[in-house]
Order: sequence, then structure tokens, then C-alpha cells
Amino acid sequence: MELVLAIGIGVLAGSGVFLLLRPRTFQVIIGLSLLSYAVNLFIFSMGRIRLNAAPVLDPAANDPALYTDPVPQALVLTAIVIGFAMTALFLVVLLASRGFTGTDHVDGRER
Amino acid sequence: MAGESYQVDRAQAMIAGPVASADWLIVVPVVLPIVCGALLLMFRHRMRIHAFMALAALALVTAANASMLRRVLADGPFSMTMGGWLPPFGISFTADVLGVSFALVGSAVAFICCLYSLGDIDRTGRRYGFYAFLMLMMAGVNGAFLTGDMFNLYVWFEVFLISSFGLLILGSDKAQIDGAVKYAILNLVATTLFLIATGYVYGTFGTLNMADLARKVDGLSDTAPLMTLSALYLLAFCMKAAAFPVNFWLPASYHTPRIVTAALFGGLLTKIGIYALMRSMILIFAVERAAYSMPIAIVAGATMILGALGALAQSDLRRMAGFLVISGVGVMLSGLALGSEGGLAGMAFYALNSMVVMTALYILAGTMGAAGAGFSLHDLGGLYRARPLLAAIAFLLILAAAALPPASGLWPKIVLVQASLAEGAGWLAGAILVSGFLTTLALGRVFLLAFWRPASASLPIARVPSLSLAVLLLLLVPVLLVGLYPEPVIAMSGSAAKGLLDPSAYIQAVFPQAGGG
Repeated sequence: MELVLAIGIGVLAGSGVFLLLRPRTFQVIIGLSLLSYAVNLFIFSMGRIRLNAAPVLDPAANDPALYTDPVPQALVLTAIVIGFAMTALFLVVLLASRGFTGTDHVDGRER
Repeated sequence: MAGESYQVDRAQAMIAGPVASADWLIVVPVVLPIVCGALLLMFRHRMRIHAFMALAALALVTAANASMLRRVLADGPFSMTMGGWLPPFGISFTADVLGVSFALVGSAVAFICCLYSLGDIDRTGRRYGFYAFLMLMMAGVNGAFLTGDMFNLYVWFEVFLISSFGLLILGSDKAQIDGAVKYAILNLVATTLFLIATGYVYGTFGTLNMADLARKVDGLSDTAPLMTLSALYLLAFCMKAAAFPVNFWLPASYHTPRIVTAALFGGLLTKIGIYALMRSMILIFAVERAAYSMPIAIVAGATMILGALGALAQSDLRRMAGFLVISGVGVMLSGLALGSEGGLAGMAFYALNSMVVMTALYILAGTMGAAGAGFSLHDLGGLYRARPLLAAIAFLLILAAAALPPASGLWPKIVLVQASLAEGAGWLAGAILVSGFLTTLALGRVFLLAFWRPASASLPIARVPSLSLAVLLLLLVPVLLVGLYPEPVIAMSGSAAKGLLDPSAYIQAVFPQAGGG
């Protein structure tokens, strides 16, 4: 499980960085999205990987080992929402840039 | 440990009594702008009241910050934790001298910018929500200065980033969109790095509360991740602060928006990066900062010299101001490289000074542009004879930006040079002085060309709006007052630096019941 998760994060982050370095705005935004997926998975794994466990305490069973850590889940949820809003806003700006310049190069002109 | 059975007493994680009413003050600088921003969106068709609502909210926020500063100077830091949870579980807001002084100067500068915007923002700007964005950005800025939680700091960074994005593209012309693309890509990369580091902090420490991190970092058994963590934070916040190898978003974007937006950005946004660097690298990763001292010093020197050289090479006033912002960031980073009490005090003082001076410089550029025919030094001329009051203001502001007496910029530079000589880093002191010399040259060139050179006959000199002059005079008041009587601000930045280097009072404010845990 750890191995699969680690490889997944690595592949996502690597592809994200590669796309981020490309000159087309669409590639850049996909790269940023992939990078933020990688970060979200990474944060998620920071509470230790625990399968089939609830993050909400049950008053009847007080053993912390029965539960998964709720904090990373809250952090990831926040980060997803912020990342989603950022991506949406950014897409609008990139579309406007495409409309103004007639090219999807990040510099606003083909070299 | 699945076999053992823990008795979790949830009553121990909750605050029993109500929060002391004086502590509520700490959320005012954040809640008030958010509420005002929401109201402005609701009343977006009643454009006449926008500016006055924003001015009233910013005046109240400034007053709240001032009264908090009085309290933290007298009684030390205080804290409030949200949601009825006790500190490591709930999100804490913690006010100490460093954060509150930054928040106070920031909101005062925003208030003055808001005054200037009465003349600078037309109906179109209001319809697109300038004042709503301004309010939400100030909520983010104040939140970043007052929060006591690492992840919450990330959230406030995103809040002011998204709002600043809205301000940046307010006129939606081609140059603005082009600048906004670069600004957005590089800032998003920086916040992603910040987020990775914050997730890793949680994995390493099991807590995100800054006071909790500060007291746990000494007892940590496995210190290997700390170097990685501090490097990630250093890179992320240096990008935010526009330090040299990662500063290219600033010259690409800061000359495009309206003058009042550029003034706010140049004054406030890079200083949040500086603040976050001080908070993370001194309060939490003090040992790692000492290990990175040399690289930080090189970055600081390169930033201040190259920023000043960039300013010297520009002929557009707004671009030149952008490079001067970068050069100032380099001077502040030299304080971080030193890490001594004097260095940090100089860093905080210089940041506060730079908030006022850089805002004033952008507004001066805007006023000169309005009086002459644009921002280019090739066209401007004859302002000395035609607009003597503007020339006098410009002369004093140039002294302020170049850190010459009688302006306030002199004192933090003296503190920083003294601190670097005391630490045996003479070359850093030399770099600070050389960058000051280059800044003087760059701004002297502005005075020579725009003011002393006779006006070209084809370009008439327009009337200068008296509002702009009043705003510039208002900004000059603190610059000259602090320049002539710096003692209180030197004492305040000294106590901010002490509070960072010895966080026991900060920890005590968040965890009053237990010294150790």
C-alpha cells in the first residue's frame, strides 16, 4: 500500500513538474493540477495509512487505534477546495489571455 | 498499540469558560474586512457608498490593531483559540509584537491607499469590485499576520492571493492579463511548496500550532526531516517575498495594474513573505536557519544589488519601483541571514519602513505620471519649475527610499549594518551600503530627468490632483517623524526580535496552564 501510494505521488508530481515547465498555458494549468493532486495525496498519507477506519470518535469505543487521523482529511479537504477555486479562476484568466493575444503561449506571443 | 485501551476524556480538550472579552479583539482585523467585503458584493450596484464603507472598515481595523499593539507592548502576547477547543486542537490566533506591528502598519497603509483610490478608481473599477477585493485581501493580510497556526497561514496566503489576483486584472487589458499569468503561475508554485512543507510538518510533529511546534522542536528525536522542511519553507517564502533567483514574477506583473493596486502590492505583499520567513525560520527552525545562514546571506546580497541595478536600468517609473521593492527585500533578508537580535530587529524595522515608503513611491510615480505625460523617464521633465510642492515631496521620498537622513529608512539600515559588523559579516554590511548607493543613483536619475530637466515644449504639464498631494504628505508624516525620533520604533522592533528568539512568552500565551506539555 505504501509503495503504491509513494509511486502514485511520485508519478503525479513528476508529470506535474514536467508539464509546468512547458510553454503552453493549457499544459501549465494541467501541470499545476497534477502537482496539487500529488500534494493532496501526500498530506493524506501524513496521518499514517489506515484502511477501513472512521475519523470520527465513537463514545462507546475510546481506543485511538481504532480510528484514522481526522486532521489530514480536514487539511486535504481545505486544500482541494482552495485548489479547485484557484484552478477555475486561473482558467478564466488564461482564456482571457488566449482571447487577447490569439496564442496560448505563456509569454503571450510565439517566439 | 491496538491492545491497550485508552480512556479519551474529551472534556480535557475543550475550553470550559467563555473567552475573555478583550481577547475577541484579535479576530476583528480579519472578521471586519470579510463582512465588509461581503456587504460590498451585496451592494455592488450602489457604487457611491463603496469607498466610504471600505474607508470606515479600514479605519476600524487600524484602530483595533493599534489597541492590540498597545496591549502586546505592555502585557506581552495573547492568544485566542477558535471553536471552544484547547490550543493544539483548535486553530489559534496569536498576537505578538511582530505580527501586530506588521498588521497595524499594513492596515494603516491600506487605509491611505483607499483614500488615494477615491481619485484613482473610476466607475468601471468599482463595478468590477475593487473595494470588495481590497477588503478580502486585507482580511487575508491581517489573518496571515495574526494567525498562530501553520495551515491557517496557508489559508490566509491563498485568501490574499486570490483577492490580489482580482485586483491585478481589474482593468482587464492585455498587459494586465499577461502580468497576471506570470504572477499566478509562480505564486501558485510557491503556495504548493508551502502546502507540501505544511503537510510534512504535520507528519513530523503531529501538530500545526506554531507555539506547539516551537516547544516541540527541541525535544524531537528524529531531526532528519527538519533540514528538508526548513529548505521547503525557505524556498516557498523567498518566492513570496521576491528574493533573487525566484523573483521574476514581480517585475513581470507589478507595473501593469492601477497605481493604487501596485502601491498596495509593493507595500504589503512581499512583506508577508518576509514575515512568514521570520515566523518559520526563527520561531521554529532556528537551528536549521543557522545552517542555511551562508546561502541566505548570498541570496540577500544578490537580491539587494541586482534589484538596485535593475532599478538603475529602467526608464519606466513603475518598473523602477518594482525593482526597488526587490532591492529592499534583499536588505531585509540580510537580517534573516544574521539571525542575531540586532539583525532581526533591523529586518522588522526595515519591513515596516518599506511598507510605507514603497507605497508612497508608487503613489508618487502615479502622481508624476498624471502630471507629466506617462511614466517614461524619456518624456517626463520640467516638474521642478511647474510643480514645486510635488518636487519637494519627491525629494523627501527619494531620501526615504535611499535610506538617507532625515527619513526613517536610515535607522533600520544602521541597525542592520551594525548587526552584520557585530557578526563578522563585513561584506554583507558592504552590500547593504552599495545597494543604498545604487538606489540613490537610480532615484537621483529620476529627480534629474523628471524634475530638473526642462520640459519638452510639446508635452504640457497637467494639474496635480490635490488628493494625491494630500495622500503623499500623509505618508511622509510617519516617515519624517520616525526619521527624526526613531527611539520608540527601534524599541518595538527590538522587542519583536526578542519575542522571536525567546518564544517562551509566545508559548506561554497559547498554553497558559502548562510550561512543558
